Amino acid sequence: MDVWFDLLQNPNARWVLTGSLLLGFASGVIGSFVLLKKQSLISDAMAHAALPGICIAYLIYGVKSTPLFLIGAALSGLLATYLIQAIVTHSKLKTDASIGVVLSVFFGFGIVLLTYITRHSGGNQAGLDDFIFGQAASMVRNDVYMIAIGSLFIILFTTLFFKEFKVATFDPQFAKGIGLPVKGLNAIMMMLVIMMVVIGIQMVGVILMAALLITPPLAARYWTDRLEWMGLISGSIGAISGVVGTALSTMGEGLPTGPLIVLTASCIFFISLLFGFKKGIIVKGVRHA
Amino acid sequence: MNALEVADIHVTYDKQPALEHVSFHVPQGSLTGIIGPNGAGKSTLIKAILQLIPKLSGDVTVYGQPLKEQRKRIGYVPQRSEVDWDFPTNALDVVLMGRYGHIGMFKRVKKKDKAFAMECLAKVGMEEYADRQISQLSGGQQQRVFLARAIAQDASIYFMDEPFAGVDAATEKTIIELLKEWKEEGRTVLVVHHDLQTVRSYFDYCLLLNKTPVAFGPTAESFSLENLEATYGGKLALLSQNASLQEIGV
Repeated sequence: MDVWFDLLQNPNARWVLTGSLLLGFASGVIGSFVLLKKQSLISDAMAHAALPGICIAYLIYGVKSTPLFLIGAALSGLLATYLIQAIVTHSKLKTDASIGVVLSVFFGFGIVLLTYITRHSGGNQAGLDDFIFGQAASMVRNDVYMIAIGSLFIILFTTLFFKEFKVATFDPQFAKGIGLPVKGLNAIMMMLVIMMVVIGIQMVGVILMAALLITPPLAARYWTDRLEWMGLISGSIGAISGVVGTALSTMGEGLPTGPLIVLTASCIFFISLLFGFKKGIIVKGVRHA
Repeated sequence: MNALEVADIHVTYDKQPALEHVSFHVPQGSLTGIIGPNGAGKSTLIKAILQLIPKLSGDVTVYGQPLKEQRKRIGYVPQRSEVDWDFPTNALDVVLMGRYGHIGMFKRVKKKDKAFAMECLAKVGMEEYADRQISQLSGGQQQRVFLARAIAQDASIYFMDEPFAGVDAATEKTIIELLKEWKEEGRTVLVVHHDLQTVRSYFDYCLLLNKTPVAFGPTAESFSLENLEATYGGKLALLSQNASLQEIGV
């Protein structure tokens, strides 16, 4: 208990924990739509594709600057999304195959660049390794500000467009029929997801960012049949995972943050799978008995 | 006045023509059946009219104005199979979506919207199922929820894509009663329809379609053996094995 108390006494740790709470909540909320639109794989490709963007930003400017890295991540994430769509449109490949291709090429390229940078800047000075699995301990106050503001922005926008996102996800044809700009709404949703991935990378890392988007809503679905509740529960699960994972990683000796956050979310997922009110295995078993 | 005027619609799908030279006009307060074999482009036609899919060319006017300016007066009932019924929502919520066009962007759903949606559910005999998760409804009940959503839209012209597909007899009766009520209220309805036996009793007008219109007009004239043969080609023989042509009414 003392360890937790110490952690909360430390103002820096308090900031980082607040950041991870908001990040997890935003991720759970927007992740609900990603899951229901069956875009889990695309978000995974986006996150992996951020790595070369970060490396190229470093190679061009030669400094470790979070805003520059995030711009690089966003650009290469966008490029990957565009390529996936282009491949689907212009070839016979299906979406899953084109996602697979783009994800591997971008991530492979990112690893090559990362290895090059690590060799040539003498060890791990650049700290770029942290972007693979996330490292809360390496964050400075400004990084936390960016995560907090970005998360609040995503939560606000998803709430604002909730009704429209809902009908556009459930029945896009009908939504178009009543005159909603479905393409525009999808584009906004996509931008929010890219933004989520980009601000989450520093804490969760490119490999596991998609897991933070998908696991909380997946768990939440076992507790409720209503999208409104799903968003709220999913956000809460994301927030709990963020805080617990970050705390564990800050207390432990340099343990990467991303895996700990995702492990926490996975534990909650298994609890939900068993005990969830609506679809949990035990409830279903009792109902059938 | 014509409720709907369609002028020379062309649609291609995967570089193959899906619809060619489709022109027809539907008078206000009529029930029109859109009939044709599988792959004739019936659903495509509805989607092209409503601008849900791109079309190569063609003009659509609804009550004398371009479609875009009449969105609120248009109701659409998609095929039941086109949505994910595992979506986390209940029957009342789906019906409420019919009010979204009237409520407007960014605005919250109000109590009076919910009350109206409940009335719509009651009209199709589904008020007891308002809180039911939609995956736990039968096929017929799901179709009724879609009907209730259409009622909630309070539209002047309705487009329905195979509403009778895979529903029970009670639901079929509900749909027919609703169509008649809409007609009496002066609303116009177009229905993509499969069952040739019921065409004569259900619809005033009939569009026989096979990529291009074979015939359009009052059912008594357009729904003839000659036109059916031209629409279905050799497949009509197969159809008539199951139902005699007398039953179809030609």
